[in-house]
Amino acid sequence: MESIIVRDVTKSYGAVRALKGVSFSALKGEMFGLIGPDGSGKTSLFRIMTTLLLADSGSVTIDGFDVIKNYKSIRERVGYMPGKFSLYQDLSVEENLNFFATLFKTTVEENYSLVKDIYSQIEPFKKRKAKDLSGGMKQKLALSCALIHKPSVLFLDEPTTGVDPVSRKEFWGMLGRLKEQGITIVVSTPYMDEAKLCDRIALINEGTFLKIDTPTGIVGSLEKRILSVKGDDMYPILKALRELPFVEAAFAFGDMHHITLKDSTATTEDVEKKMGDLGFSGLEVSEIEANIEDCYMILSKINSENQARI
Amino acid sequence: MSKGFSDREKVIEVSGLTKKFGNFTAVDNISFDVYKGEIFGFLGANGAGKTTAMRMLCALSIPTSGTALVANFDTMRESDKVKSNIGYMSQKFSLYEDLKVWENFRLFGGIYGMNEKEIAEKSNLMLDELGFMSEKETLVKSLPLGWKQKLAFSVAIFHKPRVVFLDEPTGGVDPSTRRQFWELIYKAAHDGITVFVTTHYMDEAEYCDRVSIMVDGRIDALDTPRNLKIKFNVEGMEGVFLKLARGANRKEI
Amino acid sequence: MKQFLIFVKKEFMHIFRDSRTILILLLMPAIQIILFGFALSNEVKNIDIAIYDQSHDAASRLVIRKISESPYFNLVASVDNLNDANKLLQSGKAKVVAVFESNLYNKILHEGRGSVQIITDGTDPNTSNAVTRYVQAIIGEAQLDMTHIALPVTAELSMLYNPQMKSSYSFVPGVMGMILMLICAMMTSISIVREKEVGTMEVLLVSPMKPIYIILSKAVPYFTLSLVNLTTVLLLSVFLLGVPISGSIFWLIIVSVIFILVALSIGLLISTLVDTQVAAMLISGLVFMMPVMLLSGMIFPVENMPFILRAIVQFIPAKWYILAVKKLMIQGLPVGYVLTEISVLVGMAVVFTTISLKKFRIRLA
Repeated sequence: MESIIVRDVTKSYGAVRALKGVSFSALKGEMFGLIGPDGSGKTSLFRIMTTLLLADSGSVTIDGFDVIKNYKSIRERVGYMPGKFSLYQDLSVEENLNFFATLFKTTVEENYSLVKDIYSQIEPFKKRKAKDLSGGMKQKLALSCALIHKPSVLFLDEPTTGVDPVSRKEFWGMLGRLKEQGITIVVSTPYMDEAKLCDRIALINEGTFLKIDTPTGIVGSLEKRILSVKGDDMYPILKALRELPFVEAAFAFGDMHHITLKDSTATTEDVEKKMGDLGFSGLEVSEIEANIEDCYMILSKINSENQARI
Repeated sequence: MSKGFSDREKVIEVSGLTKKFGNFTAVDNISFDVYKGEIFGFLGANGAGKTTAMRMLCALSIPTSGTALVANFDTMRESDKVKSNIGYMSQKFSLYEDLKVWENFRLFGGIYGMNEKEIAEKSNLMLDELGFMSEKETLVKSLPLGWKQKLAFSVAIFHKPRVVFLDEPTGGVDPSTRRQFWELIYKAAHDGITVFVTTHYMDEAEYCDRVSIMVDGRIDALDTPRNLKIKFNVEGMEGVFLKLARGANRKEI
Repeated sequence: MKQFLIFVKKEFMHIFRDSRTILILLLMPAIQIILFGFALSNEVKNIDIAIYDQSHDAASRLVIRKISESPYFNLVASVDNLNDANKLLQSGKAKVVAVFESNLYNKILHEGRGSVQIITDGTDPNTSNAVTRYVQAIIGEAQLDMTHIALPVTAELSMLYNPQMKSSYSFVPGVMGMILMLICAMMTSISIVREKEVGTMEVLLVSPMKPIYIILSKAVPYFTLSLVNLTTVLLLSVFLLGVPISGSIFWLIIVSVIFILVALSIGLLISTLVDTQVAAMLISGLVFMMPVMLLSGMIFPVENMPFILRAIVQFIPAKWYILAVKKLMIQGLPVGYVLTEISVLVGMAVVFTTISLKKFRIRLA
């Protein structure tokens, strides 16, 4: 059963086209990721799906309810954690949770089982004001507040931005357990490595979906070959790689460089030889499977080239 | 790492640096050196004490004990000299949005005491290198985020500081801009500017010449990414980070 | 209903947990009343006055005696030519010189008028005006004593109700208007806009809570606080400044409540127009507070303003409120005399509330 259906949604702010016609659907109990940098249109899409913003054109239904006509029904059944959410800083952990529970016409006791997993971690500090919590703790409290009314769909706009890797990992673990309870989750993130934790993802760039698929599907459908190159003196190597005739793009990627090949017949030996001829030492070249970030970069480049052509 | 730094000039010398707030020790007796032209990654979980330590290095906060020399100046006694020898950029404050690109250069150049002619020459040179010459007269607010970040970095190193401090400079930036940004960092380091950077992207930690990881106010690890990975027997820096930070006593509160 | 109650409770928590806000809200009214009542008083006392009497008859002597007995004046010298008078003024030994024309008594008796020339330092017009008024009042009294006929009183009306011309009489209504406006309009708009600014408004809007409840629960705490402040101000002015409530307390409170509602609706209106707390503060400060202080007749009399300003003043709610308070509280007039003011205020409340409810969005912009 489809829990979310988004069709051809566009939104402009003056001359800025934030969404240029995006469509997707998410099944009940699916974890759907919106992956893209700041300013790519993620937040606008979230606001349209949560009835906060009207799309210029297109339609959105949540659990069969239309975001414009049935906005009240949607507001009863979705949970939303906006990007800059922000609990009430001067209220305590407990007071925040109580407030949101009552706001959504329920009580903490009634749905405690749902948030127990997350809330129990911050419960020892329930008398503490929200402003005195650390980043990771705030995220947990915010998630508890968004869940307290047992929503059937949960919208999380960049819940892990600015949070350290440890808390991020924990947070994704919690989302995995929520999914098991049948809650549909739409989550956005600028961290590409988090994409593989979703069932399906949409790569979003400048208001357009580059691709929608499972993380493995996206990686698998990439037609380009990617090699990794390591060596001594990485920065000059990067510059030299870009000059090679069969290299389409070269980028630093952690402790190695990833190069996308134009010519699919070039081998790792070709690269090693060419670079060796240029005087580089300590070279290690190997063929690798692309990761989501490689795909994002390649697809967004193709996309912007297509747009330029139009 | 092929580049040996230890024989180079020290640009940051920290010894026994400590900062206490009441009976809470935010930074607990840390000591390390950073060398000229090095890219130094400063990692740690939220609340590990990174920001506090960085503030002391930028002479914005006075240590409870210990000393920090930045560009050979004492951060406590010679804070003015420290400040004129460092550049700073954070994700939040980058540029004046309502000023044009070149006006931002002029402003920051002026703040650091450069004369008009110097500023004009230097900003043309920098814009040319960035390929931003056509945007010279554009208001900063109408530029895309990635461009702003690159410009902000250029502004931070405009007065050719000895050290540039970058506080999560690439948050929310798209992957290709993030990489272009790092190339600017490489270039700056190549030109002899020491780069001191914090980040939550673990792949960026791999770009650094050396990485320190703060846990509970202490520096629990400091080495090249390669050595750290060997030492902790993990694939990537994320593994190193997780192993170290999981052992944190200062529970995230 | 439970939603509404917890929301109101939350608003009170916000107020009581911010010590600065609570200080401003509860202390400011008291401080303002005291400041305006005492420190900023435009009463002038112990003015050094010199006399140049060309008349030397019963009339001039009576006036001079009354001047010397008055707490407002301090008789420093008597001179017999204008030169000496000027010297006293220039040296600062006297602030004022009263010059009595010759044959004052006869002129008053036969022509029904006499003249006393007052020479003062014009660079301080407030003092000059006050001095002139005092001397006029004294002469008026003297006239009455001599002729036992009440001559047409030319002094301002306010003197009728404020015979000692205590400035607190005119300031109390003004301070009331200002404080209620400040608390309701400024604080309400800031507290709504704060939720927009920090992002909680998004969550509130996505919740099933009706927008009208959000608005109402924002208004309730400030309404309550305004009543507390109204009480404080009234108590302070009666018991500390000695300004009596000459009219009906009931109607005074009714008018105040109506004015509070107007101010609340203005606060709501501001919150629908702006997105940042700073903007809310600036708008409520510049567009509403300044005119309230400057144009509502609190500091400068409306009658002396140029036509355009007088026209603008008609749209300032505080002007009507201050007028009504003056009539009800100071002059002790029955409610029948303030029907115009009441209906204007009610009209304003209805208009502002309607506009802001219409403008309050169920979605983001």
